[in-house]
Amino acid sequence: MTQTTPLWEVFIRPRNGLSHKHVGSIHAADEVMAVQAARDVYTRRGEGTSIWVVRSADIVASDPDQAGENFEPTADKIYRHPTFYEIPEEVGHM
Amino acid sequence: MAIFEAILELADDHLVLGHRISEWCGHAPMLEEDLAMPNMALDLIGTSRTLYDHAGKLEGKGQSEDDLAYLRGEREYRNCLLVERPNEDFAHTMLRSLYFAAFMRPYWLKTLEMTNDETVRGVAGKAEKEMAYHIRHAGEWVIRLGDGTEESAARMRDAVAALHIYTDELFESSPAAAEAERAGVLPVRADLRAAWDEVIGQVFAEAFLEAPEVPYPQTGGRKGLHGEGLGHLLAEMQSVYRAHPGATW
Repeated sequence: MTQTTPLWEVFIRPRNGLSHKHVGSIHAADEVMAVQAARDVYTRRGEGTSIWVVRSADIVASDPDQAGENFEPTADKIYRHPTFYEIPEEVGHM
Repeated sequence: MAIFEAILELADDHLVLGHRISEWCGHAPMLEEDLAMPNMALDLIGTSRTLYDHAGKLEGKGQSEDDLAYLRGEREYRNCLLVERPNEDFAHTMLRSLYFAAFMRPYWLKTLEMTNDETVRGVAGKAEKEMAYHIRHAGEWVIRLGDGTEESAARMRDAVAALHIYTDELFESSPAAAEAERAGVLPVRADLRAAWDEVIGQVFAEAFLEAPEVPYPQTGGRKGLHGEGLGHLLAEMQSVYRAHPGATW
């Protein structure tokens, strides 16, 4: 079935959210049918105001074997979080 | 009374087609369609519920939506023949939905312009959007099956040959419907031919299908003259309520 109906990843923009969020995947023959299938499967309870679909094969993912070198170096750099800094009172609201 | 009957005809169309489509639940060829079909069935059944409730109030004899849906026999059902046609295969099912929705969308749009019945207007506003989606969903499938493999194209042509003869009945007004039309409650069915032809023409052109000439259109549903299949459908649909009259769920 995946030959005639490839896998698509579905992104929905929630009613009161700003960006599209990944919600799951569906099988469909082409992009028009993919949007319809996404609508029918993932927006049945009024979840969305906009749908994106993208072929799963077109997504480039990071290599899980590189997870260490990709993500661990940030663990000890707490100064990258805005909460690390104390704002002087004189600055007022930032 | 005529307006009660005219609303009942509309409600029966929606309930019977909704039930037919719901028969796919758990049997569709893929999970995506297994959800899409009940979605569309529930659109139709939802519309029928409001219409039955409204019809019962117009009649004024205390009949509830359940009484009207579950306690009338085959000869008392007033749906057009198209909606009761069996599912057969995906080609038949999608074409039947396309034929019906391509009629109902302009019907509801016209209703929004002209009706003096506030409940009917409310139904029209909601159902118009649902029918627009049914046209899209069914239309895209008809195009892909018609322009698909040898087998899917053959099945699509078979479906057209089997179902096109039932489409003229959509444009016929029963005496009750004609009275509701004169009373400004419902739009004139015959006036919607051009809008229907346009949608079907566009889909058929892309699907490489041809609408056949129909020398002997099949009608009679509005008089309660139905095909064999409706009796089976009602027997299944009504069995629980008839075994437990007054049951609620």
